[in-house]
Amino acid sequence: MNHAQRNRLLSAAAHIGALLPLARMLFDLVTARYGPDPIREFTLRTGRTAITLLLLSLACTPAVRLSGFKPLLRLRRPLGLYSFFYAAVHFLIFVGVDYAFDFALIRAALLEKRYALVGLTTFLVLAVLAVTSTRGWKRRLGKNWKRLHRLAYAAGVLAVVHFIWLVKPGVMRPWYYAAVLGGLLLARFPFAKQRARASGDE
Amino acid sequence: MRDIPSSEITPEAVYLSRRAFLKSMGILTAGAGVLAACGPALVPTSTSDPSGEQPSAGATTDELGDPLNTYDEITHYNNYYEFSTDKQRVAELAEGYPTSPWEIQVGGLVHNPKTYSLDDLRKFEIEERIYRLRCVEAWSMVIPWLGFPLHKLLAEVEPKAEAKYVRFESVYDPERMPGIRQNPWYSWPYVEGLRLDEAMHELTILATGLYGKDLLPQNGAPVRLVVPWKYGFKSIKSIVKIDLVAEMPTSLWMAAAPNEYGFYANVNPEVDHPRWSQATERRIGELGRRPTLMFNGYEAEVAHLYAGMDLRVNF
Ligand code: HEM
Repeated sequence: MNHAQRNRLLSAAAHIGALLPLARMLFDLVTARYGPDPIREFTLRTGRTAITLLLLSLACTPAVRLSGFKPLLRLRRPLGLYSFFYAAVHFLIFVGVDYAFDFALIRAALLEKRYALVGLTTFLVLAVLAVTSTRGWKRRLGKNWKRLHRLAYAAGVLAVVHFIWLVKPGVMRPWYYAAVLGGLLLARFPFAKQRARASGDE
Repeated sequence: MRDIPSSEITPEAVYLSRRAFLKSMGILTAGAGVLAACGPALVPTSTSDPSGEQPSAGATTDELGDPLNTYDEITHYNNYYEFSTDKQRVAELAEGYPTSPWEIQVGGLVHNPKTYSLDDLRKFEIEERIYRLRCVEAWSMVIPWLGFPLHKLLAEVEPKAEAKYVRFESVYDPERMPGIRQNPWYSWPYVEGLRLDEAMHELTILATGLYGKDLLPQNGAPVRLVVPWKYGFKSIKSIVKIDLVAEMPTSLWMAAAPNEYGFYANVNPEVDHPRWSQATERRIGELGRRPTLMFNGYEAEVAHLYAGMDLRVNF
């Protein structure tokens, strides 16, 4: 297998993996497998998929550092974009289905509750990263592009905070994500300088 | 009057049970006087069949005209952290949980402490009460409970004059309840409390069934509290102990997050939970949201209990 083939296989695996949760949701939607509270069910599933893909995207760089398998870096962009996609569906369910575009209610629900405000901030950060993820923007922003895209870590932190703030005290689910994110941040920063010096690229 | 399309003509069974329902409301207004004409639906149990296989209820709607939730919804969407924090897994994890034999010890500041068996509970006259249940997570259901007013049981044990509160305790069974083992940081057993006048209120019931059948374990079998004007977590499940006490009891949720969960926990669209807005709710089975009613729609019956209290402070 040559490099091009391997890269194509890798990115096909990422696309398929990232689309499977969507396929499952559509199947469950069509066959009515969503339990008594479908709005909540699909809100939770899209949220969980968005945060999982975001953390996977953030895991690429540390994984390369551990394994030396550089092609993984190519997955950061699609995984990040899919995370944004699921977050957008998550947000649309909230605005369009749960609150049925009732903007007075939405304004109150979004701006008065800290978990929603943080979710919205996460979403906006992901949107900026998604829009500027193209080659054109990369060229236009030059050096600043890399700085801007470090915000992916901020998005990860914000998403975990959103999760922590929306569950009842004592519910552990978000803390698993917090632990993974903490590991990723640790894996990244102490070596950042060393690595930049060693490889001169990123 | 508008013409009624044939599709809206009520089937006979529904019509008959609705008549029974209206009749019972009439009887109630005349008899008890507590419940106004628009008070909560109350139906004699003769219209339902506790031993029956099919879930059945004496009416199809609550007194506001909103349809009952289905038996399937009510029995498969449960907040019961002793089994699981996942509402949709509680039913399977609780399946077969032994709820007979069972005892409830009623004691504390009473003249006649008594341990009730299930047979003792069956001696109370069972009524159907169609109540809205509003969860603090901002979803709600309409549920046809079977049960009896708590004040009837309290009258038997005769609270002493010093008794100011009622403290309830759920069964604590870590061996059979995986949620207790997985979430050891909560102060198990589950504890809830009511002020004595709240406990004595006509709307406060001990429920033993729903939809004409005995309660299933996931709904708090064999006997649970139902306080319809308070958030669902006040309606403690699978009770083993009831104590009359002088001091305000600390509930499990008050201990877990005192800034989020107060003792009163009255449904109130104007007082937000720090996590969730309480202005609206999602009725299970409906898409979208509906406004939350003050005291969950029981304002006329219960507002007087809180006269002069600041409900923002006493949340
Ligand atoms: C755009 C603004 C956002 C709003 C208004 C919002 C709103 C919500 C709501 C209402 C819930 C369900 C709470 C519940 O019923 O328990 C939720 C859950 C969740 N959201 Fe968001 N969210 C937003 C953005 C995001 C973003 C950008 C992410 C991740 C990248 C995210 C990840 C999650 C996760 C992981 C959950 C919990 C899933 C679970 O409990 O398993 N949300 N969000």
